Amino acid sequence: MKRFLATTVAASALALMLGMASARAEDTIDPNAKQGGAITITYKDDVATLDPAIGYDWQNWSMIKSLFDGLMDYEPGTTNLKSDLAESYEISPDGKTFTFKLRHGVKFHNGREMTADDVKYSLDRVTNPKTQSPGAGFFGSIKGYDDVAAGKAESLSGVTVVDPYTVKFELTRPDATFLHVMAINFSHVVPKEEVEKYGADFGKHPVGTGAFKLAEWTLGQRIVFERNADYWHKGLPHLDKITFEIGQEPIVALLRLQKGEIDVPGDGIPPAKFQEVMADPEQKARVVEGGQLHTGYVTMNTTMAPFDNVKVRQAVNMAINKARVIQIINGRAVPANQPLPPSMPGYDKEYKGYPYDVAKAKALLAEAGHPDGFDTQLFAMNTDPNPRIAQAIQQDLAAIGIKASIQSLAQANVIAAGGDKAGAPMIWSGGMAWIADFPDPSNFYGPILGCAGAVPGGWNWSWYCNKDLDAKAAEADSVVDPAKAVERGKMWSAIYDKIMEDAPWAPVFNEQRFTMKSARMGGADNLYVDPVHIPINYDNVYVKDVQ
Amino acid sequence: MIAYLGRRLIQSLLILLGVSLITFALLYLLPADPVRQIAGRSATPQTVENIRQQLGLDQPFVVQYWHYLTRLVSGDLGRSYIQRSEVTELIVSRLPASLLLMVGAILCELLIGLSMGLIAAVKRGTATDQTLMVASFVGVSAPQFVVGLLLLYVFAVRLSWFPIGGYGTWRHLVLPSLTMGILGAGWYARMMRSSMIDVLRQDYVRTARAKGLARGAIIFRHALPNAILPVIAMIGIDIGIFMGGIVVVESVFGWPGIGQLAWQAIQRVDIPIIMGVTLVSAFAIVLGNLLADIIAPFIDPRIKLR
Repeated sequence: MKRFLATTVAASALALMLGMASARAEDTIDPNAKQGGAITITYKDDVATLDPAIGYDWQNWSMIKSLFDGLMDYEPGTTNLKSDLAESYEISPDGKTFTFKLRHGVKFHNGREMTADDVKYSLDRVTNPKTQSPGAGFFGSIKGYDDVAAGKAESLSGVTVVDPYTVKFELTRPDATFLHVMAINFSHVVPKEEVEKYGADFGKHPVGTGAFKLAEWTLGQRIVFERNADYWHKGLPHLDKITFEIGQEPIVALLRLQKGEIDVPGDGIPPAKFQEVMADPEQKARVVEGGQLHTGYVTMNTTMAPFDNVKVRQAVNMAINKARVIQIINGRAVPANQPLPPSMPGYDKEYKGYPYDVAKAKALLAEAGHPDGFDTQLFAMNTDPNPRIAQAIQQDLAAIGIKASIQSLAQANVIAAGGDKAGAPMIWSGGMAWIADFPDPSNFYGPILGCAGAVPGGWNWSWYCNKDLDAKAAEADSVVDPAKAVERGKMWSAIYDKIMEDAPWAPVFNEQRFTMKSARMGGADNLYVDPVHIPINYDNVYVKDVQ
Repeated sequence: MIAYLGRRLIQSLLILLGVSLITFALLYLLPADPVRQIAGRSATPQTVENIRQQLGLDQPFVVQYWHYLTRLVSGDLGRSYIQRSEVTELIVSRLPASLLLMVGAILCELLIGLSMGLIAAVKRGTATDQTLMVASFVGVSAPQFVVGLLLLYVFAVRLSWFPIGGYGTWRHLVLPSLTMGILGAGWYARMMRSSMIDVLRQDYVRTARAKGLARGAIIFRHALPNAILPVIAMIGIDIGIFMGGIVVVESVFGWPGIGQLAWQAIQRVDIPIIMGVTLVSAFAIVLGNLLADIIAPFIDPRIKLR
């Protein structure tokens, strides 16, 4: 389950938006955009379900966003929240009640108008255990969630339909991330009659309010999206048709792109071809680079000797030559010194991190009682370039006397070892690293650094659990008042600074994204490295060779 | 004959049962937790437990296997954990592509293998014979992903004779069939050569030669039909090799068959699909062997089914 949600501008997106009441949808249409035309996108793997309550990989995530809508969304190409199906919203002073006014005249692909009942139904559905939604937990702050999750109730008591165009959410605690939660796919609105008609196969017959509707799905071969002529947002989408061709290796996709047969290779530029592409000016001109809300890191199991000693963990932080690791991936990243990626609100620009200093690292090891180092294991996922990165780290560690043997395993096995308290002393996170679900600093804490994730089967692979920081995190997330957004950002910065002091991780790099497109594709560059829509923002891009 | 068939059918069923049990047990013992895979990282422990319960994965092994078997009897292979579609639907939608590839591959291997074997036998002991036998050895030992990529590079990328992967027309079929066929062709060339050499030593061939028949007539009219039969009978057994090969070849060429489905499922620990494809493959292999055995006496009356 790789998830993302990346970055760009928008330092304190949430803060800026809280005060905003009306939609700014109309001003997002590119005046140069041409209408019509079709594009082809390739993928290697089958597309899993297109059910918004279930789909949770980077491939179907943005496809679902084009078929369905939520109450909130982000301005194209940015992490700035905007209202979507909601026309406006109000937040109570205590931050515990959110009231959304819905747009009038929004229609599902089956022609029926969407109302507040559909919003409530969709949330009741996603939280119902029978739906098996991986995202149910995102709605934990809504009143009545516990009863629904436990199977004791069918409906969330905290979601009330006030009138057909007004829906009210009552929360059990002030939740500064709630508007982001209303923008993630899991909260997207589905029509009850279609869900009931198709049952478990709704994901193969998706019906939403989105810019595109599903026209064809030939299993294992292709998916075709067709323009929704009745889309509520007039002027969108620009394209008439998108064809997703499935089962194409990235290398084959690149060759076909070069021959002009396709428009976007969905799996990106294959690493083996990256330098070749970037060395050719004609090809490089069609590559768009952008940031991602991603951090690659080495976890150290704080419950296992000798990593239970903070000095050992700090020594590892100083031993890794991050610049050299980045060379291994052809410079497709920037060095990281803290858990949050640079474009995430709450990123501490002042923080300098641990320097690369072999002598000091050795001294710290000696202070910790390991002047001659020790033997340990470094787990890594077995797909390129991760074993090579693990080897570079292994060499760096050897320089200070730590002899790490590499355990190169399938992804699922590394995840399993990380979720076992006695499973893995060190893990290189590559291929499984955290990419935020939404652009908020809290998203990098709970599951991967908080006590909640330090459980068997959890994602906190360093088993770092600091109750004091958990309390501080809860406190920061209760600051819903937009006027205090900067303060909230600082609270989060302080939390991550403290984490770095304890050094459960050695942050290594933040990956950059590179999207390649055909020459005929138009639209602003940020649509091609959209932090929310990966690989590209289907609703807003266009082709230049029509009309 | 009927008693033999009945016995063989029971044996086949037992083999399939054994395959299902072993695969199920291996997947159960896998250290990866499928529920974690489905739930993703952000799921709360409660969500994970809910999903586990919904899928019945909190049950003991024996109960899970029993549920699987009882559903299997009614043709239900369950639902994919990741795609959430019915496994039967996924396999059925991809089976035609794999069968087409298999037909293409059989044609390729017979055409290439039998011709090579025939020429080698006729030119026995010459440089041609040796070259062909070395070539067949290379064909048998070359990894299929290497052969596939090589063919793709030369004939699709460089020469543009065929499309670079994909599915739909006969031109798409050529390179993957050839890749699969080259492996089998090596075996067939060797079998055909020795079978042909055997036949050419037979008295009736000598008689034909003594009668003064033309060399071509002897080889094609008298020797070939007899030499080719035992080789053809091997096709049923080939299915096993095909089932192994399609996982690689379909992935290289983006061929939408069950091999590609299996490969994706393995990477994502999508257990119902892995089980389903394994069972379908096992079924195909068992069926292929059964057919080969049934056909054998018709081809060679010396073989009796007992």
